[in-house]
Formats: sequence, structure tokens, C-alpha cells
Amino acid sequence: MKFSNSTKEVFNEAGEIAFFTGRFFKELFSPRFEGREFLKQCYIVGYKSLPLIGLTGFIMGLVLTIQVRPTLIEYGVQARIPAMMGLSFVREIGPVLSALIFAGKIGSSIGAELGSMRVTEQIDSMDVSGTNPFKFLVVTRVLAATCMLPVLTSLSDAIGIFGSYIAFNMRDSMTLRLFVSEVFHYLKFADVMPAYIKTYFFGFAVGIIGCYKGYYTRLGTAGVGRAANSAVVVSSVLIFLLDLMVVQITDLIGIG
Amino acid sequence: MAEDPAFHAKEGDNVIVVEGVKKSFAGNEVLKGFDFVLHKGETLVILGRSGSGKSVLIKCIIGLMKPDAGTINVLGNNILELSIGDMDKLRMRVGFLFQSNALYDSMTIRENLEFPMRRHLRHLTADEVNERVVAALTDVGLAKTIDLMPSELSGGMQKRVALARTLILQPEIILYDEPTTGLDPITGMEISDLIVEIQEKYQTSSIVISHDMKCVERTADRIDVLLNGICYAEGTYDELKASTDPYIKQYFD
Repeated sequence: MKFSNSTKEVFNEAGEIAFFTGRFFKELFSPRFEGREFLKQCYIVGYKSLPLIGLTGFIMGLVLTIQVRPTLIEYGVQARIPAMMGLSFVREIGPVLSALIFAGKIGSSIGAELGSMRVTEQIDSMDVSGTNPFKFLVVTRVLAATCMLPVLTSLSDAIGIFGSYIAFNMRDSMTLRLFVSEVFHYLKFADVMPAYIKTYFFGFAVGIIGCYKGYYTRLGTAGVGRAANSAVVVSSVLIFLLDLMVVQITDLIGIG
Repeated sequence: MAEDPAFHAKEGDNVIVVEGVKKSFAGNEVLKGFDFVLHKGETLVILGRSGSGKSVLIKCIIGLMKPDAGTINVLGNNILELSIGDMDKLRMRVGFLFQSNALYDSMTIRENLEFPMRRHLRHLTADEVNERVVAALTDVGLAKTIDLMPSELSGGMQKRVALARTLILQPEIILYDEPTTGLDPITGMEISDLIVEIQEKYQTSSIVISHDMKCVERTADRIDVLLNGICYAEGTYDELKASTDPYIKQYFD
């Protein structure tokens, strides 16, 4: 069986990413941990992404509620809007939407930052100063992305549900307390946990792909743009693939 | 400087000995068995055309690239046999000034200079670290830039800050990769003067990669000419200037 060159390239890159991931885990568990840089990255990756992810969550909650309302009215079940929005936000929209925004903002910025550090010899400079650049740059960023996306997703879910409450009250009337209690009444542990766990994988995917693309940037400044771009594309595709896998697994084992 | 006494054990007058170094890229042999010796306290200039493999050579010396063949002995250590930990210790004793300066552009000048100290000199107090940063910047005449970002400095100032960062761990050897490239002739001369001042003040041994003849004249105790991957000629500036070899003459005409 013969493979085309592009197929070989895809397999080759998948192998390199697997090797890169293996190195991440090796470096993660070897001393010394760059705690200060990790906290700095958590601030950049987490706190600075909150306005964007919060805003998109809010708008999504608002728009979806406005759009589904007429259909639900047709069936006389508009009172189920809080339950429906809560379930769809927590299980799917919140995690995937936040992860995609996160890939666009953080994946590209990591890819571009490390890429420009590579082409301007800053990574080599760390090496010659006796600092492990992989540990300092890659481990801290991947870990920060992995830890911060679940937090951002939880906040995005809450803001999105609040957006839905605002949209609901444009035409109908329901107190915030009742709206929230309706959301939680229909949410089960099996809805929350798989959705929450998958955000760790999404965050890890965004971090590792951004770092991989940036760390191995070639061909000067043109390569930096390419690294940022492909970091977003590859991590977005990976988010959907991981989502598909999680849905299949939870369906097979009968949760969710 | 490395504090492990065993680490100093095998040194002699020759601080760097390079023998038969070969390096190829995709079948193109850049270095074809290059040999040279750097003596303690001297400044050796490696002169050669662009793309002749000068930068590859010093990147092999600092361990950023691995030669295909040959041996590289730095301060009594065969770097090809060193573990990662020992290589890091050795790198504390060897400074490297990059052609592109390679300042960390997300950090201030102070943080750039503190960066190697935070890893290697953790026993220093905050005051001692600050003292060293200020002293290194004063050495290069840029103490006032301490809280600026690298992007706020001119090319010449960035080169000086990069030199200050190279000096911060008080290395015994400094490798300069085309230190005056991209600078105007006056700033280039200032950097050349600074290289000489640093050599005199700290008694460092240096390798300067260059094809800027003003820099070469100002800094070189000895010159090795790299041509076709081998050491084509060796001598002082005046000896090479007097050479009748047509290739050597081109540099001085």
C-alpha cells in the first residue's frame, strides 16, 4: 500500500506531536518546576482571556434563547427554555465555544510568541544560558492552558445562562432565582462531569499544539505567521475530534 | 562561574581546542575538518565569507549544534561527552553574544539580566542581584535603561545590553557572533572598543566571528581564516595584511 506525500506528512507530524507530548510529560515530572512563569502564564492565558470568552458566552446565550423561543412556543413548552439552555450550555456549547475562542486567542498567541522567539534566537539564548527552554516555555504554557480553560468554561457557562435569562425576560417574565433553579433542576452530575473533564483535554490540546507549532518554527518571519495560523487550525480540528470521542465514550458507557 | 572544583581540574593554557570538526547540512559539507586552539586571555577572530560556516562553528562549540565528526574541548571538557547537567555548568563559564542579540522581548532589561542569575546564582540576595545588574549595565554604559523594554532601545543599545547579559555570570570565555553586523560604522566601532575593554577588564578569552575588517583590526590578537570548511590561513592582523595570497588580500583591499 502506497501513501501520498501529503498523507505521509500528516502521519509524520502526528508522530512528532506525539513525541513532543511525551517530552512534555517527561519534563513536567523532572525538577525544577518554573512556578513563577507558570503563574504568569495562568494570568495571561486565563485572566486576559476572560473578557473575550465571557462576551461570546453572553451573546451566545442571548442569541440562542431568542432563536429557539418561537419553536418552543409552537409546542407550548417555552417554560423549558432555562432547562434547555442550561443543558446545552453546560454539556456542549460552553466547552466547545470556549475552547474554539481559546484556540483562536491563546493557541495563535503561543504559536506566534514561541515562533518569534525561535527565529530571533531567544530560545537558543535560553539554552546557552543553561536554562531548559522546553521546561520554561512549553511546560508552563501547556499547563496553564490545561488548568485555565476549565475555569474559563465554567465562567462562560454561567455568563451564557445569564445571557439566556436576559433574553427570556425580553418577552416573558421569570425571576433570576427561578431561572437558575430551573437550570439546576434538570442538570445532572452525569451532564456536568464529562463536559468539565473534556475541557482539560481541550486546554491541553490548544497548549500543546500552539507550543509545538511555535517551538519548531522555521523559515523566518513567514514561518511565525504560519505557526500561529496552523496552531489555530490544528487545535480547532483536534477540539472537534476530542469532542466526538468524548460523546462516543460517554454514550457507550451510558452516562450523559 | 561554576563552583564545583572538579570542574576546573583539567584546564590548561588552551581554553578551547577544536580538532577535525566536520558538519554537513543536507549533503552540503560546511565544515570539512576545522582545527584551532584558543589560548587563555587572547581574542581569536574567525574570518570568513557569509555562509562559510563561522556561526555553525561557534554554535558547535556552545553545544547548540552537534558536529558530525571531530572533537571540541572547552575548558578541559570534551563537550560531546558531557551530560546535559555538566553542559549547563560549562555554559555558565562560556558567554555567547548572538548576532540578533536574542534579548527576551517580553521582559524588561532588568529581567533579561536577572534571568541567568535566577537560575544559576540562587544563593544571591535581591540586593546582590540588583548590584550585579547595575554593574553589568554600567560596564556597557546603559545603567539608565534598566526598566525599559528591549524594543525601546536602538540596535546598538540592544547589542550593549546583550553584552551586559553575557557578562552577568562572569564567564571565562565569550563567543561573539558577528557583533557589529547591522550596525553603523560608529556604533560598530564602539562595540569593538567595548569587546577590547571587557577583555582587558575581566581577562576573558574570546572568539569573535566577523567579516567586518575594522572590528577585526580592533579586536584580534590572532586571526583564523575559514575557507571551504577548513582553516585556510592563520596569523596576526599585520601578518595577514602583508600576505600575497589573492584570497586573503581581498579582505584588506
